[in-house]
Amino acid sequence: MSDHSHEISKHVRIYFIVGIALLIGTVLTVAMNSVHFDSMAVTIAIALFIACVKGFLVAGYFMHLMSEKKMIYSILGATAFFFAGMMYLTIFARDDTPLGTLHTGSGEAFHPAEKSAAH
Amino acid sequence: MQPTTRETHHAGVHEPHHEELGFWRKYVFSTDHKVIGMQYGFTALLFLLVGFGLMLMMRWQIAYPGQPLPVIGPLLHSILGDAASPVLDANGALRGYSITADLYNALGAMHGTIMVFLAIVPLAFAAFGNFVVPLQIGAPDMAFPRVNMASYHAYVIGGVIMFTSFFIPGGAAQAGWTSYSPLATQIPTNGQTFWIIGMVFLITSSLLGAVNFIATIIQLRAPGMTWMRLPFFVWAQFVTAFLLLLAFPPLEAAAVMQLMDKLAHTSFFLPTGLAAGGAIANVSGGGSPLLWQHLFWFLGHPEVYVLILPAMGIVAEVIANNTRKPLWGYKSLVYSVLAIGFLSFIVWAHHMYLTGMGTKISTFFQTTTMIISIPSVIILSCLFISLWGGSIRFNTPMLFALGFLPMFGIGGLTGLPLGLNYSDIHLHDTYYVIAHFHYVVAPGTIFGLMAGIYFWYPKITGRLMNEFWGKVHFWLSLIFMNLVFQPMFAQGMAGMLRRMSDGGANYSLAKVGQDAIGGLTDSIMHWNITISHAAAALGLAQIPFIINFFWSMKHGKIVTSDNPWEATTLDWQTPTPPPHGNFAAAPHAYRGPYDYSLPGEPKDFTPQNQPA
Amino acid sequence: MDIPYVAQPRQDTGLYNAKVGIWLFLASEVMLFGALFSSYIILRVGAAPGSWVHGLLNIPIGTFNTAVLITSSVTVVLSWSALKAGNFAKYRVLQAITILCALGFLGIKSFEYREKFLHYEVWKTDGTRLLGHIDYNGTHPLFWKTETLAQQKLDSIKFVPDPYHYTMTAKEMAHARKGGHGKEHEPVTIKTSEITRLSSFVPAHSTYFGIYFTLTALHALHVLGGAIVIAFIWGPGAKLWKTDPDRYINRVEVSGLFWHFVDLVWIFLFPVLYLL
Repeated sequence: MSDHSHEISKHVRIYFIVGIALLIGTVLTVAMNSVHFDSMAVTIAIALFIACVKGFLVAGYFMHLMSEKKMIYSILGATAFFFAGMMYLTIFARDDTPLGTLHTGSGEAFHPAEKSAAH
Repeated sequence: MQPTTRETHHAGVHEPHHEELGFWRKYVFSTDHKVIGMQYGFTALLFLLVGFGLMLMMRWQIAYPGQPLPVIGPLLHSILGDAASPVLDANGALRGYSITADLYNALGAMHGTIMVFLAIVPLAFAAFGNFVVPLQIGAPDMAFPRVNMASYHAYVIGGVIMFTSFFIPGGAAQAGWTSYSPLATQIPTNGQTFWIIGMVFLITSSLLGAVNFIATIIQLRAPGMTWMRLPFFVWAQFVTAFLLLLAFPPLEAAAVMQLMDKLAHTSFFLPTGLAAGGAIANVSGGGSPLLWQHLFWFLGHPEVYVLILPAMGIVAEVIANNTRKPLWGYKSLVYSVLAIGFLSFIVWAHHMYLTGMGTKISTFFQTTTMIISIPSVIILSCLFISLWGGSIRFNTPMLFALGFLPMFGIGGLTGLPLGLNYSDIHLHDTYYVIAHFHYVVAPGTIFGLMAGIYFWYPKITGRLMNEFWGKVHFWLSLIFMNLVFQPMFAQGMAGMLRRMSDGGANYSLAKVGQDAIGGLTDSIMHWNITISHAAAALGLAQIPFIINFFWSMKHGKIVTSDNPWEATTLDWQTPTPPPHGNFAAAPHAYRGPYDYSLPGEPKDFTPQNQPA
Repeated sequence: MDIPYVAQPRQDTGLYNAKVGIWLFLASEVMLFGALFSSYIILRVGAAPGSWVHGLLNIPIGTFNTAVLITSSVTVVLSWSALKAGNFAKYRVLQAITILCALGFLGIKSFEYREKFLHYEVWKTDGTRLLGHIDYNGTHPLFWKTETLAQQKLDSIKFVPDPYHYTMTAKEMAHARKGGHGKEHEPVTIKTSEITRLSSFVPAHSTYFGIYFTLTALHALHVLGGAIVIAFIWGPGAKLWKTDPDRYINRVEVSGLFWHFVDLVWIFLFPVLYLL
């Protein structure tokens, strides 16, 4: 029983640490954003990187994915495959468009950097 | 170990929850998987009939454009008003009421929607899945009985919303079952709003069902029922559930966005500079019509396999049982169905070759489309080879299962030219496409489902359906199905487009000689009438089935055993009909699902729960 | 026969039924939000130059709301461990904080929504575009659009413009905001005849606000749903703790998994919608 409660208090400590890490991550994202990098790509990469780390912490520790059963991994693995297919192929399909057919009607080749309005 | 007569079984029934439930708890708010399966079955068959009726009205309009609709014309006019418009003769006297183009569009859109989402999927996946899967894996019920009930109720609500939309001002959705934007949102009536809200309920229903099926198959398999001992039908349902689980949410997202476009006037799918009805639309623009198509077909293609896989599963069960030998290549079947599941998610844009996709992405989707035909062919081949050397019993379920094989073969093989983008340019959106997917779904899936109904009917009711009328039903259906759909290949290849409300009559006027571009020759146009007559005859051919279905409940031949087909799977090792909780004693699986004609056994079938 | 593995895990999978169920459900949720995220990407890269709205959301409030949600996630997982240790009272307190956090999140979110509905953009005939607030006899009206001007028979509106616009880069906007501080924004009068379009920041304003409201409203619905389930288990559903504690702990765990997922979605929504 003492082993059991020791185990639980160890877990509680981990949950606190993860919670604080998540809060720090949030502050970090906002701070990075106020720096205003010249390249939009860098800003996006940093923001998404921090978000992914935070997502990993929540999924891995709060949702116990670090030590889950094989069946759950299989389900999520299949989901990840379809998720990636949906994201990648839709965007691939959009980028691989013959010239002059986009609704912008510019007839120019498509350059994501040029179209991105948020730079 | 395996009780075969009803007497021995009933003696052994031990029901811990033996309480009489009231009408509402027993038939409406039931949580028993078998009752829910039957609820799904009845509702779906009803919608199948409704969808068929819509099609008959369309076929009339195609064969005799503008002519007054016989019998139900006045009825349509009194219910729907001017959507069924008066037809006058030369003297100005009323001849009757005909279908307007708007009503034709609504009938088309709703025929597709009702058949796919309210008839076939609920019947194939939810009805058969609910009734059979827990029995075949040896489970007492589904993993989440109340979720199961909620799933059925969401389905009914969705169905009622869809059906009600016919009677609102402006009528039902008119933008096709695919509901392409901007057309769908720019039609100024509210039919599309009803369609979207109905879809949200149907999607929710399917998601709840899918979660339940997968959890049930993973968790509630009886002891000894390992993955490779699952009947093929269970595998088919398992993959189907995954397709529904992961492919439907993107359509739900798209439906929410289209609802926003419709109600909150956003521009998710509306491009800049959109003009509708001769005026620039009052929207912010900046949206992408192609986005809708991507999200729709991301569901749409897996949905095709949702329609066909359960039918394949049923056919496999029926064939194994009636050839009295194990399925040929059980493992190949299982791996093929899994491969189909995975590949079906990365082929969707072959529906979109004509949207201006580039060559790279077209090639990608063309390649995956060709690859996915391989496992489909493996499944069909395995089923064909299973017939070889069997002592086949040609009863009604088996006839339908045998009918499925060539019909699905035709449907599948005619899909190849549509999957290759060069030939698709010619065939896209013609009657060829209609013929292709109806061969898959109508004589394909529906034959599979009919086989299932005739096959499991004695387990549900304790009585057999009439064999003679069953065979009449089969042969007439087979003949008229082919008469309906075979000529459409010719019409499509001649260039007849699929969404014209007059069946191409306007185009046929454009013939200069016989070969003007867009002109349709008389020989092609004449098929319209033949097809419509065959469709009406196909409707009449279902009457023996409907009468047989109800008559046999009271008067059919009573089964003398719990296992009238002498089958091996666990669904037949239960009392008839199975009580709440299904099994008299907790079942245990000792062997594979198709141990027919084992050498050395006294009988030609060895049930899964018979110890080795 | 009763349904097995309701409370105890099945041996070969190591899982009880509800855990399989919730993970399957979350898998479908991943696809739901995934489809919306991919829509966001498509709409954004396809936006004409200068038409993608950014920098108009209230970042301090968004950050605070993120912290609220993270806190609730911590209390959920702590309450579950307290329950596993048999400490029901501690579970009750922690889960009460969770529910309060959920309500706080929704309250703050609706305040944010209202702020947007008060904020306007005006497209003028000379091609200029202004952001700001409408001063209508000293009040700030909600939800006005171009047609409202004709319906109210207004010849002109009094408009308090902001010193920035989303056609600027993020850096320029921040600079303009700083420069604007301390200075009174002088209201300007804009003639109705000069206005080609008027819209508050509602979904119809632009694809950005469309996807912003769709995503956050859908997320808020999840927060609401999760809070209702957690509150049910916390309140009327707590009877189960007496009769079948294992099953009760499972329910808390499963509702917690859903809650963490809702938190996870927000972790991605926040930078994508507020910052980028």
